[in-house]
Amino acid sequence: MNVALKARGLVKRYEDVVAVDGLDLEIMAGECFGVLGPNGAGKTTTVEIIEGLNKPDAGTVEILGRHWRRENERFLREKVGVALQETRLSDKLTVFETVRLFRSFFTEGMSATEVVALVGLTEKIGARVGKLSGGQKQRLALACALVGNPEVLFLDEPTTGLDPQARLHVWEIIESIRKRGCTVLLTTHYMEEAARLCDRVVILDHGKVIAQGTPAALIASLNADQVIEFRASQALDETNLAKVDGVTAVTRRDGAHVLTSKAIAATLPSLLETIGRHGATLTTLSTHQATLEDVFVHLTGRGLRDA
Amino acid sequence: MRDNAKPKRVSPFVSVWELTRVRLLETIREPEAVFWVFVFPVLLALALGIAFRNRPPDLARVAVLAGAHGAESLAKALTAPDEIAVQVLDRTAASRSLHIGKVDLVVDVEQQDPPEASGPLNHVTYAYDPTRPEGRAARLLADRALQKSFGRADVITAEDHVITEPGDRYIDFLIPGLIGMNLMGSGMWGVGYAMVNARNRKLLKRFVATPMRRSHFLLSFILSRLVYLVPEVAVLIAFGWLAFGVGVQGSVTGLAVVAMTGAMTFAALGLLVGARTDSFEVASGWMNFVMLPMWLASGSFFSYERFPAITHPFIKALPLTAVNDALRAIMTDGRSVFSVWPQMAVMILWCVLPFVLALRVFKWR
Repeated sequence: MNVALKARGLVKRYEDVVAVDGLDLEIMAGECFGVLGPNGAGKTTTVEIIEGLNKPDAGTVEILGRHWRRENERFLREKVGVALQETRLSDKLTVFETVRLFRSFFTEGMSATEVVALVGLTEKIGARVGKLSGGQKQRLALACALVGNPEVLFLDEPTTGLDPQARLHVWEIIESIRKRGCTVLLTTHYMEEAARLCDRVVILDHGKVIAQGTPAALIASLNADQVIEFRASQALDETNLAKVDGVTAVTRRDGAHVLTSKAIAATLPSLLETIGRHGATLTTLSTHQATLEDVFVHLTGRGLRDA
Repeated sequence: MRDNAKPKRVSPFVSVWELTRVRLLETIREPEAVFWVFVFPVLLALALGIAFRNRPPDLARVAVLAGAHGAESLAKALTAPDEIAVQVLDRTAASRSLHIGKVDLVVDVEQQDPPEASGPLNHVTYAYDPTRPEGRAARLLADRALQKSFGRADVITAEDHVITEPGDRYIDFLIPGLIGMNLMGSGMWGVGYAMVNARNRKLLKRFVATPMRRSHFLLSFILSRLVYLVPEVAVLIAFGWLAFGVGVQGSVTGLAVVAMTGAMTFAALGLLVGARTDSFEVASGWMNFVMLPMWLASGSFFSYERFPAITHPFIKALPLTAVNDALRAIMTDGRSVFSVWPQMAVMILWCVLPFVLALRVFKWR
């Protein structure tokens, strides 16, 4: 498989923070690659550097074998599709007029009607952008990114702020784009989005990669099937919790204890017994299958959205 | 993404057309923009044209006291078409009318000298406010008419030579000034505000992420300004002509050249104002900083000759002054576009320098 995108040693400093701190990425052609992390982890800065919209203080970016240099600019812009995290397209124009405008920037690509159909906006083709719902606007942004038939597509938080139905619709579009062989890099702080769409992910925190791999491998690295989250009338010592049957890891999150377990059936009675033995009473308890979110909590001790 | 369908090629110049078209559509779909650019200047011209229109000279309004000695015959003696309008009023009504300015003069013949009602009229009293020019004029006109009708002869003959030059009216002065002001407003806002808006919405950044040529983007602003220039100027000229008979004495081509140069000048200034900031407050502040002095000083509504002579060189160096002066030279004085080369030079300077500076500091992201 060919390497579609390679980033080496990216560094970006702003006045008081290091937004990206020595970041390496390698994305294969045809792959869907996810950059995960909480708000402020450096996701947007990273993709904007890769998109050639932001200059890194150090490091190199190579897309389809070419660096972001003046002489490559036009070539790369023709091959790359971009949806920024926040673009407010003109409310006064219709869907068709907007897509046709973007189409006119590219020498080759799909027709405006084709791409509007691809994102499921055919019914809205004559509607003003200002009248669209959040999900429809997001699909229009997707259409503008796709209209030049890109080989590499960058999507910065494509579903942030959308309701579940609209999010599902965007996911289906991204899946259909992938089937056409397009390489996709997307950022998200929704773990279920990454788990569903991405072949591989990196997890960013404070501008650094803290974990990478396939979603399945990352979850497996927790060495756990189930996650137990509970609160008790008094805090319990972590060394005691680690001795509970089947427990593989112990962390805390927002004052709650978080245990991971390989054998939920053995862990639960043992946990209840431990709590009782220490004179505490259980206030809340929940269990779920381990997710990428738990990987993040395990690595940082913080939740993704509250970090 | 590779389609099985054959990819469609598009000429790169299509983007200039598309960008321009989109600019035009966005403007026309903004009802407020249409109002301020096309309707408001016409309303302003209408209001000011009516307020300052040249009326036929006012008649002197004279009241004669009712019941007084020979009031009716006196009224007849005073009446002079085109000069005096006479009415007979009682004392209370007359003094009230004088007080509120409904009449300019009250003629009272009660007190005769000697005081006998039957003798010939030999004494009148004029009541008027000498601080009002209308009062003084009425006093002179009424007295002249009265003396004449009672037999006074003129000692020297006088002839009137009446001058009402077309093109000297206020509306003739105003229409070119409004055109200049409109060019400034729509150029500055149309370009400057649109740039700030596009940057604020991250549209500039989005465009830069495509193969769009940046020169095409800027060119589309110039082209859309040139398109809107035509109705902007035409509406005011047509209105001035139809409503007030304001004509274009010079050549229409010359007028078009001046208007186009002026439009480019203000587009360049607008581009400079909108070159970096993404904040509407900052941009509005700069807009006012640039435009307010010119609204006041550049002679759109009243001649800058009213300012001290020492300020004239500075006022004439302002772009709006150059546009207004050049428009008036062509529209009112019928001069050629070549005769206004100093104004053209000022405009071109104010176009080129801000444009070059704007391109150097322009922030795309």
